[in-house]
Amino acid sequence: MKREIAAGLRAALPVAVGIIPFGMIVGVTAASIGLSDGVAVAMSAIIFAGASQLATTALLDAGAAWPVIVGTAMVINLRFVMYSAALEPHFRHLGRLRRLGVAYLLTDQAFALSVSSYTEQPDRQHRHWYYLAIGLALWVTWMITTVIGVVGGAQIPDAWGLTFAVPLVFLALVFPAITDRSTARAALVAGTVAFAAQPLPFNLGLVVAAVAGIAVGAAHEART
Amino acid sequence: MTELMVIGLAGLGTLALRGSFLVLLGDRTVPPVLSRALRFVPAAVLSAITVPAVTHAGGELDLTSPRVPAAVLAAVVAWRTRSIAWTIVVGLVAQWLIGQLL
Repeated sequence: MKREIAAGLRAALPVAVGIIPFGMIVGVTAASIGLSDGVAVAMSAIIFAGASQLATTALLDAGAAWPVIVGTAMVINLRFVMYSAALEPHFRHLGRLRRLGVAYLLTDQAFALSVSSYTEQPDRQHRHWYYLAIGLALWVTWMITTVIGVVGGAQIPDAWGLTFAVPLVFLALVFPAITDRSTARAALVAGTVAFAAQPLPFNLGLVVAAVAGIAVGAAHEART
Repeated sequence: MTELMVIGLAGLGTLALRGSFLVLLGDRTVPPVLSRALRFVPAAVLSAITVPAVTHAGGELDLTSPRVPAAVLAAVVAWRTRSIAWTIVVGLVAQWLIGQLL
């Protein structure tokens, strides 16, 4: 268990550094539309997903109706359904309450790091601690940087280009995920469609691209 | 409807998506079509997140961004070393150096 936690924290470190500017921007933006400090910080704990928090903030500022705001946030976060489905087999040994904790801490980064680790070495007895360590490390980072953004106020430039660390982690995880010709096709198609579909609103390009990649990969596997 | 209530609903909706398979569907067996598809989720999702983060760095298509050549170099490192740490170090340093040169 200690080893899983240590490994999780090590894996989370570069990602946590990479999300620092993003968390601050989310905090600054929420405070800038006149949300009270408490509500602005609470949003990071309640929604805990950057892109949808920025959209919620913008729509609140524009005075949008609440079903529009809630619907938009949910469309942006549709990708979590795919992550939830892909992770579920690895957490069958947990009770409902713990799985609720796993769900609450689910992010792009926690999913990517843990699914890669679990695919490489499945069925580790304390594997959930690896995920929980990553999830909690990112949660704490997200909360602290939100507070800094809310209280600090001024826009924080990404002087060191550290935000690039997050896509670099995903890039590093792509290659181990490609294990045969079918998964290679899935990655190739998903990347190409994501490039073309990037202008789609609500982060839908990601969902469309992933579904296209999964479909092509599965079809290729079925033929062979 | 106060702002906090709207945020609360957005959070609940998001939690429902996150928990869709982990909590809500629970131990029900998934249809074979779905379990075959799940194998492709990591490769597809990781690739679909990475590509636009490199090519659309500021939200718009920008192939002149230092991120593009830096990502190509980092991809070679990732492929050869399989090391997250080396991929990040090479990617960040390359981004910075290329940014200085441009």
